[in-house]
Amino acid sequence: MGELEHSLRGRVAVVGVGETTYYKRGQSPDPEFVLVLKAILAACADAGIDPSTIDGFCSYSNDRNTPARLSAALGCEVIRYSNMQWGGGGGGAAAAVQNACAAVLSGSADCVVAYRGLAQGQFGRFGQGARSSTISGAAALTVPYGVMSPAQTYAMRTTRLFHDHGISPDTLKAVSLAAYHHAQNNPRAVMYGRPLTPEAYDASRWITEPFHLYDVCLENDGAAAVIVMSAERARDLSDRPVYVLGAQQGGPRRSGVAGHNQPDYVTSSLKPVVPRLYEQAGVTPADVDVVQSYENFTGAVVMSLIEGGFCTYESANEVLTFDNLIAPSGKLPLNTSGGNLAECYMHGLGLVIEAVRQVRGTSTNQVPGATVSYVNAGPMVEVVSAAIFGSAEVLG
Amino acid sequence: MSDYVLPAGLPAPVPARDGLDRPYWEGTRRHELWVQRCPGCGTWQWGPEWNCHGCRSFAIGWEQVAPEGVLYSWQRPWHPVHGALADAVPYTVVLVELPHAGGIRMVGNLLGDPMQPFAIGDRVEAVFEDHDDSPTPFTLVQWRVVR
Ligand SMILES: [Zn+2]
Repeated sequence: MGELEHSLRGRVAVVGVGETTYYKRGQSPDPEFVLVLKAILAACADAGIDPSTIDGFCSYSNDRNTPARLSAALGCEVIRYSNMQWGGGGGGAAAAVQNACAAVLSGSADCVVAYRGLAQGQFGRFGQGARSSTISGAAALTVPYGVMSPAQTYAMRTTRLFHDHGISPDTLKAVSLAAYHHAQNNPRAVMYGRPLTPEAYDASRWITEPFHLYDVCLENDGAAAVIVMSAERARDLSDRPVYVLGAQQGGPRRSGVAGHNQPDYVTSSLKPVVPRLYEQAGVTPADVDVVQSYENFTGAVVMSLIEGGFCTYESANEVLTFDNLIAPSGKLPLNTSGGNLAECYMHGLGLVIEAVRQVRGTSTNQVPGATVSYVNAGPMVEVVSAAIFGSAEVLG
Repeated sequence: MSDYVLPAGLPAPVPARDGLDRPYWEGTRRHELWVQRCPGCGTWQWGPEWNCHGCRSFAIGWEQVAPEGVLYSWQRPWHPVHGALADAVPYTVVLVELPHAGGIRMVGNLLGDPMQPFAIGDRVEAVFEDHDDSPTPFTLVQWRVVR
């Protein structure tokens, strides 16, 4: 075992997870701050802890709900850790958990919540273009050419993925169909009761070629929270804690440069993250029972799965089929809650929670006997993240 | 009726107050393509940065390059994300690689029928699109397939 394998594996555990009802964009009856409070309170109830136990707060993507306000509202005596992960989109979903683990391991705090809240009705949408009359800087290189939404910002990486590696549009379709299939068993899912057929996928409008409507994530209101504590404390709370085996963040060289000039263009940005993650977790891709892979766009999921070691550029079209991607029977069950495409777009924290649920054995699309569960967040943005969870059996 | 690829009404590019991209935008007004190049190590760089990412030198310079390239990737938006685009979809966005400038890439629109046949690897040339009627006149760099 290497040094990295002693750094985190089995030393911190998820003790509680919580989610609000997930709403269509703009339909939350609650303001965003209340949504976040409700998610954290739900996670506390799940963990069986008093909310005032929380002494650390981690979020990402410039979440508007600050630890100072949350801590006061939760009745906490003290804040010991207040942390914001830089970066846009949902790249920080697993990184927020990583940062929470770092707080626990470093002795900075004892009970840390990673959270994210979104009320796009209250605060405006992601998919909307610039509203100013002039524009400067990096955005001036794209916006005047009609490139302003996230889908438009990342579509050309997928076009090039097709070109460089022969990835088929049918592989993107399989990712979308699997998510919708899983959502039909998940009453929390916004798309519960709204199945998607291959014919409906094919007939759906283009958002921007090569993305159909169903290749693009939802926009939702809601909140989610994940609470971590030391493994020792977690074992006092539960007979079966879900251990963090590894959690990493990062990005490739010059991932943040302007105007689509990243040296490695066709990437989920996970390449530098993944080897360190597996080394830290002490597992290999073959050990992973179930995968949650952040869908901003289906093309990025394909890149993430390849770079995560679950298939190769050459095998992707054969491995990433609908039959293989669905639980419980598939070889590589993917996005078993319905994910960002069909459960809820909670900037990936819902995927983290589903990864935990699979190790607990409580998913609505449970993979039988799952003990090792993988999640990655925010592919293609400048800084991305991933985590691996495992049961006590994995620790031996 | 304009000859613009996309209708007027999208945000107009103006040089940043910090001056970083001024040589580029001033160059486009003269129908010239200027990009960054480090006089020390020869690194080509785009978009504009405060120092050379190859050798860290702050003495990053600018060089005029031939306004041509190779089609590196593309997309065709059908969903209008801005009011000015409501009647302008679909349109074609291209990512153009400049092999003669270190393989830097530029985003633009492809002139002509949005459904015209084209492919990654096609040779393209720049077409400077003057927006002289804007309150802040500017010039965009559009692209045309070399047939
Ligand atoms: Zn240099």
